[in-house]
Amino acid sequence: MNLETTYLGLRLKNPLVPAASPLSSETDNVKKLEDAGASAVVMYSLFQEQINAEMEALDHFLNTPQDSYAEALSYFPEPQQYHNLHAEEYLEQIADLKNAVDIPIIASINGVSEGGWMDYSKKMEEAGADAIELNIYYIAGDPSLTSQEVEQMYINDVKAVKKAVSIPVSVKVGPYFSSFGNMAMRFEEAGADGLVLFNRFYQPDIDLENLEVNPSLELSSPFERRLPLRWIAMLRPHLKGSIAATTGIHTASDVLKMLLVGADVAMMASVLLYSGPGILKHIEKEMVQWMEEKEYSSVEEMKGAMSSASVADPSAFERANYIKILQGFRAEDFR
Amino acid sequence: MKDLKNSQAKVTIDANEAAAYVAHKLSEVIAIYPITPASPMGEWSDEWSMGGKKNIWGTVPDVIELQSEGGAAGTLHGALQTGAISTTFTASQGLLLKMPNLYKIAGELTPAVIHVAARSVATHALSIFGDHSDVMAMRPTGVAMLSSNSVQEAMDMAMIAHAATLESRIPFIHFFDGFRTSHEVQKVVQIPDSVMREMIDDEWVIAHRKRALTPDKPILRGTAQNPDVFFQARETANTYYNECASIVQRAMDRFAKLTGRQYNLFDYVGPKDAERVIVLMGSGAETAHETIEKLNARGEKTGLIKCRLYRPFAMQQFIEALPDTVKAITVLDRTKEPGSTGEPLYNDVIAALHENRLEEWKSFAAEPKVTGGRYGLSSKEFTPPMVSRIFDELKADKPKNHFTIGINDDVTHTSLDVSTNGWDADEDVFEGLFYGLGADGTVSANKNSIKIIGDNTDYFAQGYFVYDSKKSGATTVSHLRFGPKPIRSAYLINKAKFVACHQFQFLDRLDMLEKARPGAIFLLNAPYSHDKVWDNIPRKVQEQIIEKNLKFYAIDAYKVARENGMGNRINTVMQTCFFAISEILPKEKAILLIKDAIKKAYGNKGEKILQSNYAAVDNSVDNLHEINVPKTAGSPIEMRPPVPEEAPEYVQKVIAEIIAGNGDHLPVSAFEPDGTFPTATTQWEKRNIAQEIPVLEPDICIQCGKCMFVCPHAVIRMKAFDGELLEAAPETFKYMDARGREWPDNTKVSIQVSPEDCTGCELCVEVCPAKDRTNVGRKALNMAPIDPLLDQEIENWDFFLTLPEYDRSEIKQETVKGSQFLQPLFEFSGACAGCGETPYIKLITQLYGDRMVIANATGCSSIYGGNLPSTPYTTNSEGLGPAWSNSLFEDNAEFGLGFRVTIDKHTEQARELLSGMNGSLGNGLADEILKADQSTEPGIYEQRLRVARLKEMLQDSDAPNAKMLLSLADYLVRKSVWIFGGDGWAYDIGYGGLDHVLASGRDVNILVMDTEVYSNTGGQCSKATPMGAVAKFAAGGKKVGKKDLGLMSVQGGGAYVARIAMGASDMQTMKAIIEAERYPGPSIIIAYSHCIAHGYNMKYGLNQQKLAVDSGYWPLFRFDPSKVDNNENPFQLDSKAPKIGLKDYAYNEMRYLMLAKSNPKAAKQLMTQAQKEVHENWRVYEQLEKVYEPEE
Repeated sequence: MNLETTYLGLRLKNPLVPAASPLSSETDNVKKLEDAGASAVVMYSLFQEQINAEMEALDHFLNTPQDSYAEALSYFPEPQQYHNLHAEEYLEQIADLKNAVDIPIIASINGVSEGGWMDYSKKMEEAGADAIELNIYYIAGDPSLTSQEVEQMYINDVKAVKKAVSIPVSVKVGPYFSSFGNMAMRFEEAGADGLVLFNRFYQPDIDLENLEVNPSLELSSPFERRLPLRWIAMLRPHLKGSIAATTGIHTASDVLKMLLVGADVAMMASVLLYSGPGILKHIEKEMVQWMEEKEYSSVEEMKGAMSSASVADPSAFERANYIKILQGFRAEDFR
Repeated sequence: MKDLKNSQAKVTIDANEAAAYVAHKLSEVIAIYPITPASPMGEWSDEWSMGGKKNIWGTVPDVIELQSEGGAAGTLHGALQTGAISTTFTASQGLLLKMPNLYKIAGELTPAVIHVAARSVATHALSIFGDHSDVMAMRPTGVAMLSSNSVQEAMDMAMIAHAATLESRIPFIHFFDGFRTSHEVQKVVQIPDSVMREMIDDEWVIAHRKRALTPDKPILRGTAQNPDVFFQARETANTYYNECASIVQRAMDRFAKLTGRQYNLFDYVGPKDAERVIVLMGSGAETAHETIEKLNARGEKTGLIKCRLYRPFAMQQFIEALPDTVKAITVLDRTKEPGSTGEPLYNDVIAALHENRLEEWKSFAAEPKVTGGRYGLSSKEFTPPMVSRIFDELKADKPKNHFTIGINDDVTHTSLDVSTNGWDADEDVFEGLFYGLGADGTVSANKNSIKIIGDNTDYFAQGYFVYDSKKSGATTVSHLRFGPKPIRSAYLINKAKFVACHQFQFLDRLDMLEKARPGAIFLLNAPYSHDKVWDNIPRKVQEQIIEKNLKFYAIDAYKVARENGMGNRINTVMQTCFFAISEILPKEKAILLIKDAIKKAYGNKGEKILQSNYAAVDNSVDNLHEINVPKTAGSPIEMRPPVPEEAPEYVQKVIAEIIAGNGDHLPVSAFEPDGTFPTATTQWEKRNIAQEIPVLEPDICIQCGKCMFVCPHAVIRMKAFDGELLEAAPETFKYMDARGREWPDNTKVSIQVSPEDCTGCELCVEVCPAKDRTNVGRKALNMAPIDPLLDQEIENWDFFLTLPEYDRSEIKQETVKGSQFLQPLFEFSGACAGCGETPYIKLITQLYGDRMVIANATGCSSIYGGNLPSTPYTTNSEGLGPAWSNSLFEDNAEFGLGFRVTIDKHTEQARELLSGMNGSLGNGLADEILKADQSTEPGIYEQRLRVARLKEMLQDSDAPNAKMLLSLADYLVRKSVWIFGGDGWAYDIGYGGLDHVLASGRDVNILVMDTEVYSNTGGQCSKATPMGAVAKFAAGGKKVGKKDLGLMSVQGGGAYVARIAMGASDMQTMKAIIEAERYPGPSIIIAYSHCIAHGYNMKYGLNQQKLAVDSGYWPLFRFDPSKVDNNENPFQLDSKAPKIGLKDYAYNEMRYLMLAKSNPKAAKQLMTQAQKEVHENWRVYEQLEKVYEPEE
């Protein structure tokens, strides 16, 4: 069975790519992922805030208590240099991973506003990253910002990173745009080599006992894959670049569905965190079984077979689909 | 040779760095232990070795921290005996602890250098400041002693000492004045490696190694000898001592050829025909040098001998250094030896002159008169007027002998009175004074300015920094001098050309313009627009500006800092203003240099910080304004008195003067001759350091007491009182109905903040659990800006104080809430804002303060507990309260045990006497007293009443037993002995004693406030420091785990042991303290104490305590051996199994994060190991609980 696929111009042995997650901070884990069949790995994200705020915090806590009290003019030894702040630690990890594994390494940078942090995409390239995933994570909480302004910010980010590097750049975003399809096209125009659909926002929860906001992490559930599934199906015919599906992909059937609607790769995180890297082997095995049953000979053959351009009733992915489901609702669905 | 001289780089550093630089270059093994003011020498060495800096032999010195100075000396001795070139650094008590080894090291003729930042030895009081009492105490050990008088000399003499010790085989103490020299920043010439190479002959090094202990060539050293041989064997060393002085002179001469700086054993300054000469050593010699030049320029003939090699004292060379014409000599000693024939240098000079009469090295025109005097104890100022006054005295027929100078001794009249007129600095010297707040970066900025001027001009530069003794809201005064000639002024600036006030609130408190010269520049950071500044400053300040014709500039530096992303750090802003108006450098050039310096300092910390600083520089100049000075002063604002008028007489006369900065003027008679001070004085020192204070919302408050419980400064208080008392309450006074059924009708509760004592730390707001149900962001306590609240809250606080304390016996003291109705007898200390130690102390004083005596180990708790001007332990309305003392760092457990033994003995004696007179007391009182149950608060209260009756009955009796009993009667009321200290004491230097006291069976209560570093001396590693944390002396992260003092104490078996963390469980903290106090034997409580040395915002201190417990890093437990008698499990684990990772706790703190930032591989590995140990330890604790389960 030929499982090969192309993503961001990278020839991959299969479409199974671990998404950005803490797993990639340990080189051993990435080796395990490779052994289990991962065809590339997206590293955990380097956050804009980490690049900026950590330096400020360090400076603040080292300097503020200094020279205040005769017996203790400082409270810490001052290292000769901070050559390994989080950002540079990240760059070292890229290099480490490149040494340790043969699969492509996609670095991930997460930020919003333009600024010095973007320089790190260049450093990522220099450290050996095969591609960059630009993760734009922005909660438009400021009511004075218009949607146009927010959109322009996204576009500017993509342009800035594309300008900084010569390796492929994918853009990972959430679905919350008035016209996501149009945005997707604009990302491509701005230079994005691919889209990663979709980002999950960490939604805060409320701690009822202490009446506090509790930013805990909930891993994805399979239900959530419906959103990317629909959008990939609709966008595939319009986009020239790569598409990665992510969010809610837990099983071989999830992967297959994503490929069928047009994704080039399926990205997984929660299931790997739950079940460990070994789960990839099972997923791959089950994929192959299904493909053999259905007499597909390669992934390329499957890709987009059920996108909106290919299915008999494209409206199924659009509004009509919604109406159909509602009308088809029966009480026993709840059992 | 000439090339070498030219290649010498200039650096702007202090003497600690200068001495350490040489010591590190010339050592293989460096044994260290922190002590002020010598700690930075060890810190530099550790940092340099961590950074891979090599010595002149091309290898990185091995720097090792010990558990005490005694330990460092032992390791030094061992390293020397096995052939390493070794050094150590210390001061004061530390040097005293090294003394036994110094006898050995000298007795064995072993080359070594001990660099000492000379500091007062504690006598009637501890002092961290400089004098020669420590080094003078080492005279009999046989070490050679070489004195440095300045920063340059600290580097040069360090070199000479290291060379001379190797050649002579006599160990050297190289010393310079603590703080005055050790912390003075000067531009000096750095000795290049090439000079060091020339100065050290490797043959000496090889010879030293050849004498080493090695099994390859076994020998034995350190025998025990008998009367037959000891004496003559001891005399074998004479040859070496006889040659030592000339070896030192040769080293000095060689050094002069290499560097152009010539020193001699005794350097004479002055004309050949001087008739009056003073002799001294240390920084005072620089001041004398400067003064003599001026005096002689005025036509006088005065001379000075700088004694450099003090031991061995080369008498002939000393005599030869004196001018033949000398008629009168004063010898000045910076030490006091009570009961001696005179201080040490004086006696040496007398002896030298006497021997000259026998040996006839030189014949004087007439035998000179010699007097001796003491000066400069504990860094007391020593100034040109004093030097001049001493020379004047020498004109007298019978000059005063055994005098003091610099103080007013109105008791035994030893002092010479001094007039300060006519001693302004030369016109070409720039003198600037900068008043700042500890946290505002003033000192750092000034250090930076000195470097800028030092590095970029031909000017000589000097900086000296004065800090007050508070750890929160501390005032700093920077004294900066620049000039074309070498600066020898080893004293503070008295008349400045530039005065900067970086904190507006200082204006009505500190009379800083008193120190401004006429025509000087005055720079003020004022929170007003420039047209409003004049009207908002005190009248006295206006008057001084007008009278002295000052040029007055102002800037709203906080605004500029905030607007440029600098937060509250105004250092860059004020530094830019200084350069913009002081005209030391052309403005444009100065700004470029500031930016350059910023780049050096912050370049490695990220672009954003760099840009903020640059922007602040650019915007400072635009926001700086010269203020138009009117002809008259009309401000209604008065200067504030240092203490309120209602303060007691002693506070007014003594404490207030010290607070106002006039302590130098207090005469000898102002003080008790034995170091005794009254308690309860912080209440009079209103420091007003909070920007924001907590404000209560009575409708939300649930009266849980947690805010009071955690307040480090006892500034938030709770009282219950009868509603009728509210009649006199101010309008804005807040109160609530008392919650709970235990209160009588109409009981009200007030929670009140003392706004002038609050530090604004926010712990109370963070801990407050009560939230507005309709707006959960609003708690029962919220921080609010102090300005609009200050006046009303002062009034409310004053009213609150008039409310009576609730009857202690009616309060449920053993609950968190109940305990907070008890009056704290520890208040308003100078501890850091948000301190993690003081809440424990405060709680203990609430419970036991009226009958407790405290032995306090040296450290943070002895500084905020007992550093002048004001002290925090206080009294209740009956005048009862904690009695407190500090002995030393190392002996505190034993010191406290001594308290217990006395109290037990006196109680026993009182009971014996009372039993003996039972009949004569008639009414059965004796019996009642002897049989009283004092296990509860009411029981103790009743006993107090009985004892009061007893004392009344004994008052008029002449019977010897009655008199004796009267003197002991108070011991019939139970006393509580507490031993307080930090982890440096308990885990390291005092552990031997602690261990012994825990095994003593005696009823003492030990509180270990575990901050996991030596907090007071600046965060050095202790055995309590956890694995993976960065601390000084563990710059690469601590590699071994924290010593488990709790477990070790449990295994002793006989002591009550608890580990607590109030942020994790206040109830468990309460229980542990109460059980410990009740336990009839020794108790030890190990209390998690968050600390600024952990590197995060202290307002989250309690959250971190909770995370420490949740992660299993800090398991809470109590071990009560008395439970065994009741067949109960004595070991109780009070916290649950780890539920978060160690990282989730640790990486909120800079001490852990720093390693992840500087060496992520090591951090990862240590964190993994530390996590493993947390799990292993937890397993041990769980097993332990099972092991102690009583058998069925």
